[in-house]
Amino acid sequence: MSATTNSKAVGVETIGMTMRFGAFTALDDVSVKVPASSFHALLGENGAGKSTLVKCMMGFYHPTSGDILVDGREVAIGSPRDASALGLGMVYQHFTLVPSLTGAENLVISREKVPGIIDWRSERGELAVFMERMPFKLPLDVKVAELAAGEKQKLEIVKQLYLGRSFLVLDEPTSVLTPGEAQEVLGLVRAMTRAGGLTVLMISHKFHEVTAFADDVSVLRKGKLTGSGRVTDLDHKAMAAMMIGDQPIAALDSRAEPKLDAEIVLKVKALKAPDRTGLKSIRIEDLGVRSGEIVGIAGISGNGQKEFLEVLAGQRPRDTGEVMVRGTAYAATRAEARALNVRLILEEPLKNACAPKMTVAENISFRTFDIDGNGKPVNWISAGAIRAFSARLVEQFKVKTASLSSPIASLSGGNVQRAVLARELTGEVDLLIVSNPCFGLDFSAVAEIRARIMKARNAGAAVLLMSEDLDELLELSDRIFVMSDGALVYETPIAQASVQTIGEHMAGHH
Amino acid sequence: MDATGIGLWGVPLAILGGAIRVSTPFIFVSLGEAITERSGRINLGLEGTLVFGAMAAYAVAVMTGSPWLGLIAAAFAGLCFGLFHGWICKFRGVNDIAIGIAQMLFGSGLAFFFGKPFIQPSAPDLPAIPLGAWSNIPQVQAALDVNVLFLIGATLAVFLWWAFRNTRAGLILRVVGDSSDAARAMGLNPDTVRLIATGIGGALAGIGGAYLSLYYPGSWTEGISSGQGLMAVALVIFARWNPLGCFAAALLFGGAGALGPALQSVGVTQGYYLFYAAPYILTLIIMIATSSPSRSLAGAPGELSITK
Repeated sequence: MSATTNSKAVGVETIGMTMRFGAFTALDDVSVKVPASSFHALLGENGAGKSTLVKCMMGFYHPTSGDILVDGREVAIGSPRDASALGLGMVYQHFTLVPSLTGAENLVISREKVPGIIDWRSERGELAVFMERMPFKLPLDVKVAELAAGEKQKLEIVKQLYLGRSFLVLDEPTSVLTPGEAQEVLGLVRAMTRAGGLTVLMISHKFHEVTAFADDVSVLRKGKLTGSGRVTDLDHKAMAAMMIGDQPIAALDSRAEPKLDAEIVLKVKALKAPDRTGLKSIRIEDLGVRSGEIVGIAGISGNGQKEFLEVLAGQRPRDTGEVMVRGTAYAATRAEARALNVRLILEEPLKNACAPKMTVAENISFRTFDIDGNGKPVNWISAGAIRAFSARLVEQFKVKTASLSSPIASLSGGNVQRAVLARELTGEVDLLIVSNPCFGLDFSAVAEIRARIMKARNAGAAVLLMSEDLDELLELSDRIFVMSDGALVYETPIAQASVQTIGEHMAGHH
Repeated sequence: MDATGIGLWGVPLAILGGAIRVSTPFIFVSLGEAITERSGRINLGLEGTLVFGAMAAYAVAVMTGSPWLGLIAAAFAGLCFGLFHGWICKFRGVNDIAIGIAQMLFGSGLAFFFGKPFIQPSAPDLPAIPLGAWSNIPQVQAALDVNVLFLIGATLAVFLWWAFRNTRAGLILRVVGDSSDAARAMGLNPDTVRLIATGIGGALAGIGGAYLSLYYPGSWTEGISSGQGLMAVALVIFARWNPLGCFAAALLFGGAGALGPALQSVGVTQGYYLFYAAPYILTLIIMIATSSPSRSLAGAPGELSITK
């Protein structure tokens, strides 16, 4: 076996890293020091240069100028292979394990030297010995596709250690984990760095993780290092200031007092629908959302919450059950959505809510292009009216676009979502269905989108919000439901909500 | 015992014999397609490869007098077709299914063009092993007259089943088929692996073609394949990309194909021709039965364009 795990951890330092892509400077003179056996956090918004920096370290990019020191010696890293020879490895945000292979197969095939014919008996023996030394307990004979997200993440880390890497870059390692899983994984990784066998550089945007686990932090903004230091010396506010600079952040509307007797806008009863795999089904026994409240749905991805919202959005057929909007049966047709003022903000808006190659103006007027001012259908579509309408909304929602006739796919993620918000939140909104609205967006876009959702709630809309980001749910919701294994298993008003309890219900044991 | 008087027992026996005889090209084409699809590409051009292989094998066997040289020629021609498919599919925006359909027509057309002079002459057959020699019943002897290629195909199925999980090459193939990203992260070049896999798949389909023209039916005609290459592709999906499943499914298809002639041979004169359609109907039924509007196929390689 070529893998060794008791090698000492290495420290890595970058000096004056600069990376230019044409005229664009992605990294500008960035010097970061990660000493051996430390846990270092790298903070920054999307596009701040975090991935560029680690890709330079890993040999994917060749920096325009600057040096990399490994254990104090200057090294040339020309390719990922060079990086791994030095003991540098990376755990990506998306999984790089092969789903149809078992854990053991994944580990063995990722090795540098694999024998032509694999002797599984001896490999299994060696893997068992290796796993003894690991803090994670994992089933290696199960197909990776059947593992939970947390187990996959652990297996990714184990794979790097199996390959003998002693400096790991973790790219937002907890984005797919429950709070409990995140605590566990990071805690174990933390323990390994303390024991001296591992150095970690973690890319993150969650301040509480940085505070809880990291020793040091470096912050990037627009390619520049804007701050670094001991985590113990910095509070969240200071870190946020380094991350986003002095740009204004939209503040949430203060929460209007919920009316307990407000009209129930959305009522779901005994709903049953097949889930993504077709093997299980989701069952929603009884759910009501009142006007002027945000009901949050928490859950680990893959527990049916996505399917539930797809049913409500009309993207997925249902087997049985009824969905009522203000007392009327609702089957998500265009006419019903229009009559009942149902609006949707879906995750991955470019895929779920836009026609990517059509223009910004056309996308913004999807809901209104075929009706006139009085809601009557029109026979001739007026391009002028579409442009005027969307020009007003683009202005109002601050959508940054080169022109109204650019294809919407050419916009940044935050601006696509702003365009969708403009379309969905204009006019009367009685029911707003929202799913992971801020996934992959940057700080200021996130703040703005959350503020808009809160505003809609305060204006009297009933909001159903599904999110995999628990912080988002805690910030916005009036009540939180937890969805596990296709059913709503727990409900709590926001005043009594605890991350601990919610996390336990998400994980399915309580 | 009256040699011709085994009556209705002749039907299952003829089906068994037919299954063994008819299934061999299915086995080779489907194993080849299984390798290709496991790498994440689909090659519909195997129908054309099969026909061209049949022509090439027959032509070389006629000219050299050796069926084995014909077999090698067919495998080589198939390899070239496969490599061409694999090479052209690596370019951006090229669709493997469209290229496959083009190759299917191209292969058949090319075979007809070069094959015209070989419709008349007769070529030596590939040897068969008389496993039925212990019996003095001609039907039993005929049914158990097993061609070496069938045995090679059966061995190959077992070997591939073993190799997919126990060899480096097998694991690499599955990695590439399931996730291009994971493969690249491992330093593998998915295009190269797929090129090789499509090449091997083509070579196996060529061998299947050689069996058609050099053993059963044993002559070169333009209607020699009647869609067997396409059915083999359906069969791979039915077999869930498992080589042993491919072998079993090939036998099933072969047996279905033998139903018509078997019924005819025992004197059924009405409607037996309907049973000639059995393999095609079976294909349809299988495709419908194994599909679902709401989920993708279990066990399908993740990179396969039809299951994405």
